[in-house]
Amino acid sequence: MTSAELTPGVGDDAVPLSERGPAPKRVVVGFGFWLFLLSDIILFAGLFATYAVLSDAVAGGPSGPTLFDRSRVFTETLCLLVSSVTCGFGLLAIQRRHAMLAYVWMFATFVLGALFLKQEIAEFSAMVALGAGPTRSAFLSSFYTLVGTHGIHVTAGLAWLLGMIAQLLTLGFAPMVQRRFFCFALFWHALDIVWIGVFTVVYLGAH
Amino acid sequence: MHTTAERMGRALVLVVGSVALASCNEGPLSPKGPIGQAEKTILFDATAIMLAVVIPVIVLTLVFAWWFRAGNKRALYLPDWEYSGRIEMIVWSIPALIVLFLGGMAWISSHDLDPPAALRSHNKPLEIQVVSMDWKWLFIYPDQSIAAVNELTVPVATPIHFRLTSSSVMNSFFIPQLGSQIYTMAGMVTQVNLQADEEGTYPGRSVQFSGDGFSDMKFDVHAVSDASFQQWVTAAKANGASLDATGYDALVKPSQADAPHTFSNVESRLFDRAVMATMNAEGH
Amino acid sequence: MALLGKLTWDAIPFDQPIVMGTSVVIAVAIVGLVLLITVKRWWSYLWNEWLTSVDHKRIGVMYVILALVMLVRGFADAIMMRMQLALAAGGAQGYLPPEHYDQIFSAHGTIMIFFVAMPFVIGLMNFAVPLQLGIRDVAFPVLNNVSLWLTAAGVLLVNLSLFVGEFARTGWLAYPPLSEIAYSPGVGVDYYLWSLQISGLGTLLSGINLTTTILKMRAPGMKYSRMPVFCWTALASNLLIVAAFPILTATFAMLLLDRYCGFHFFTNEAGGNPMMYINLIWIWGHPEVYILILPAFGVFSEVVATFSGKPLFGYRSMVMATMAICVLSFVVWLHHFFTMGASANVNAFFGVATMIIAVPTGVKIFNWLFTMYGGRIRFTVPMYWTIGFIVTFVIGGMTGVLMAVPPADFVLHNSLFLIAHFHNTAIGGVVFGVLAGYTYWFPKAFGFTLNERLGKLIFWCWFLGFYLAFMPLYALGLMGATRRMQHYSELSWKPWMMVALCGAVLIFLGIALTVVQLIVSIRQRNRHRDRTGDIWAARTLEWSIPSPPPAWNFARLPLVDSTDAFWVAKQRANEGAQTPADAYTAVHLPRNNPTGIFLAFFAVIFGFAMIWHIWWLAAIGIVGALSVFLMQAWRPEEETEISAEEIAAYEQRTARGAT
Repeated sequence: MTSAELTPGVGDDAVPLSERGPAPKRVVVGFGFWLFLLSDIILFAGLFATYAVLSDAVAGGPSGPTLFDRSRVFTETLCLLVSSVTCGFGLLAIQRRHAMLAYVWMFATFVLGALFLKQEIAEFSAMVALGAGPTRSAFLSSFYTLVGTHGIHVTAGLAWLLGMIAQLLTLGFAPMVQRRFFCFALFWHALDIVWIGVFTVVYLGAH
Repeated sequence: MHTTAERMGRALVLVVGSVALASCNEGPLSPKGPIGQAEKTILFDATAIMLAVVIPVIVLTLVFAWWFRAGNKRALYLPDWEYSGRIEMIVWSIPALIVLFLGGMAWISSHDLDPPAALRSHNKPLEIQVVSMDWKWLFIYPDQSIAAVNELTVPVATPIHFRLTSSSVMNSFFIPQLGSQIYTMAGMVTQVNLQADEEGTYPGRSVQFSGDGFSDMKFDVHAVSDASFQQWVTAAKANGASLDATGYDALVKPSQADAPHTFSNVESRLFDRAVMATMNAEGH
Repeated sequence: MALLGKLTWDAIPFDQPIVMGTSVVIAVAIVGLVLLITVKRWWSYLWNEWLTSVDHKRIGVMYVILALVMLVRGFADAIMMRMQLALAAGGAQGYLPPEHYDQIFSAHGTIMIFFVAMPFVIGLMNFAVPLQLGIRDVAFPVLNNVSLWLTAAGVLLVNLSLFVGEFARTGWLAYPPLSEIAYSPGVGVDYYLWSLQISGLGTLLSGINLTTTILKMRAPGMKYSRMPVFCWTALASNLLIVAAFPILTATFAMLLLDRYCGFHFFTNEAGGNPMMYINLIWIWGHPEVYILILPAFGVFSEVVATFSGKPLFGYRSMVMATMAICVLSFVVWLHHFFTMGASANVNAFFGVATMIIAVPTGVKIFNWLFTMYGGRIRFTVPMYWTIGFIVTFVIGGMTGVLMAVPPADFVLHNSLFLIAHFHNTAIGGVVFGVLAGYTYWFPKAFGFTLNERLGKLIFWCWFLGFYLAFMPLYALGLMGATRRMQHYSELSWKPWMMVALCGAVLIFLGIALTVVQLIVSIRQRNRHRDRTGDIWAARTLEWSIPSPPPAWNFARLPLVDSTDAFWVAKQRANEGAQTPADAYTAVHLPRNNPTGIFLAFFAVIFGFAMIWHIWWLAAIGIVGALSVFLMQAWRPEEETEISAEEIAAYEQRTARGAT
């Protein structure tokens, strides 16, 4: 499919956006990905709602305050937030076609994301070792699922990032590659936003 | 001498009447108590109000379709007519007014007929605790210390306060001729208040699908006089096994189409134990 | 750990003659079809022109074919249920024991909603929306193909459950605790969950695709207020898909975690809360029914305007009503469980909200009526469906608003009255709508019309059959009859059940005639060719191009300056206006792509493996799917070019008289 086919005679700013015909591919792809992200956030909303309803259902077992380590959460948050910054710089580098900078920033993003995951896995293992696994109570089931789904998204993001670096290496700064980096950046920032929700509702809101 | 028209008219009334009577058998349209009566009134009133719009709409549809058929040269042809402010106003107002009215009806009746709300009566309410099981119903009379399976005996003109739970999956407790159903759920207690004003036997059943034995989760409700009720209680106390925790655990095991029977001596707080049994179970 | 997980020879129902018989017939049919295609050497045609096609027109047609085939399966379930209930009165047990009957009604609902109604509606939107918007394809053509095949994967898994294992015995929404592993230890619920998760992903992607198309890709000049109403309803429907389907995914994921990993979201013990499932599933479930009905409303809007020879009455209020329904559909979900014990205030709120949503629906009905007023109505088959719809749907709407009064619902919930209500709206609304759309757009898709006489006969079979089948159910509900009964003791109900069976048989005749109509119409195609592309004297842009349209749809994207753009263009041409003939430019169309079909292949492998706990096979499924995904990721964007000369030559060949 070609990009916008403008009928001859149609000016640019004079014509409202809604009347300019099909938008360019870059816009269409970005918009479609936004919609996907919104749908993903609704998926998280379902998990948040479930967590809210089940957060008191400890079934005589351990509850949030006894399990959660806020300093580790703080470190995780730092990792993720900084990785969003590096991702942003990486996207800029890609848009400006600076290959070396792009690799550096994307590598940094990957490392920070991996550090986040490492700590989350450590947290989960420690909790399971204490007998506070997801099968212990409804509260724990919803905790592991909400936080774990975010973690799975981060993992998928890291895998995607590796794939994108591979594409950059093999295909260079093709328009397709640039569009996909843009989508990746959107995804990575969205995960950050979800994480803010997670640590507010789950860790700061633990009772 | 009856004309053909009169004969046909009478036949029509007979047919419709017998259909209507047959329909009125053992369902919400032949209520035997105040809750069911109130709900039947709502059914009729709401339907009547809506029919006042639905029937003209159906008639108008058929009339417009016929009158404005392409072959009808007498009909007005308005090829560019696509908007009329006046018609828009009417078209939004009619449904809005109906909804306003029915909405008010919904609000008021939801509060008046709220299942846990006690019924006004001179008589003291009878407490019955209900446990839905796979695939039968257990009715415990805590004040009389008896219980029954798959049959319910109640005195007329007495409000009955049901507290319900489930030993396994969700069910719904429903006596169509007495009114409001209510779900039963494990680890939780729901409530409904009903009353039978006429003596008779009425069907009751589960109406939330619960598995293979669902179709047989039925019970008869015997609404009897006070005296008969006391006699029944006495008889139940005298005969039948007693129901303790062990007996309850045996009863809970899956079975279908259990014949109605009673228990003579019910362990106190058996219902509370039933509720707690699933609530407090630990995960692993 | 067994190599094949839970899968053993016991999974095949050798002891159930009906199931074995059906499976053998289906197997023979499939083998026969494969042999036919092989002998006639149709494989490369099928592969290149259809299976790997990313053309929205082809994909739309394939969705509709899928829906029609599954309609037969879903209806077979229905007629088995009707027969069982006509027999199993008094002490009689009928011919279907509960273990089978429970699977049949669960499969009936699941198939009809997810694999008949959804694909049909999505297929019609796929076919018509880009044509109505005056563009060449949807926003993401390859993704479109993927969505189709993921839906087909779900279909395959559901049908496999007939032959290998069993289906869920929980009803079409699989409420816990009944659907938890403790009470449903078999594979049935797993078949249900995995097939719906896979097809649900396809549906979500489709929602994103069509929403992006409608919002970002319309012909030049087509601002929102110049969009056909069908596109507005498609927009609302797809927005609902994007907003609601993730909830379904999340909820099913939680139930899967309960069943597979021992989590406690909805179990009875350890603090699980089955009520949470019911809330979540209906937060999806109510928007779902609007996802289905809104495009049907859109079809009726197009049909009524076309065959009345007038513009749709009240375009603006139709659009506002559509978007109001879209938003309001998210605040009514509790009316599906008034009897679960919420407080009076909560019940009342949701009851009132449900009624409010009836207002925009009522507005639409009146607007259709006033479209007919002052028109010159042609009674084509789509118009029959429309009038049948208006008459029937208002009854269904009425019974719905009735049950929106909570105390009324207290005596009608889960009764056959409820069944009659939602079949009233689903058949009277959705089925009539998709069959109208099918008849209306068939000539555009294939270049010849469907046989008109048979079409009218099919309508009457459905219309009369519906009333015969479901009016008795309203009566039965008022007599206290409940849904999902496998047998009942009240002999007085039996005559009603038998009438209902007659209705079902009449509908079956309608479905059979639909097959006949297709065959006859293909045979008679030369007699009923659409040579102008505008066989209905219609109003919207899809009728301005030949039937069937070329791959590129429009030689030049139309410049739109009004609603009913094609109608206005025709009027101008009649008045002698000359359109300046610009030169044609080359068009690039995306190439065929096998990603969808390969992804679906591995999805089926994964789903089947998960159902039967064959973990190594599931891993293969994941690795395979990932590989296909990666191959697509590295595939250069492939397009074929259609040269300007080719387009010019085509236009000349199909020139349809002086303008």
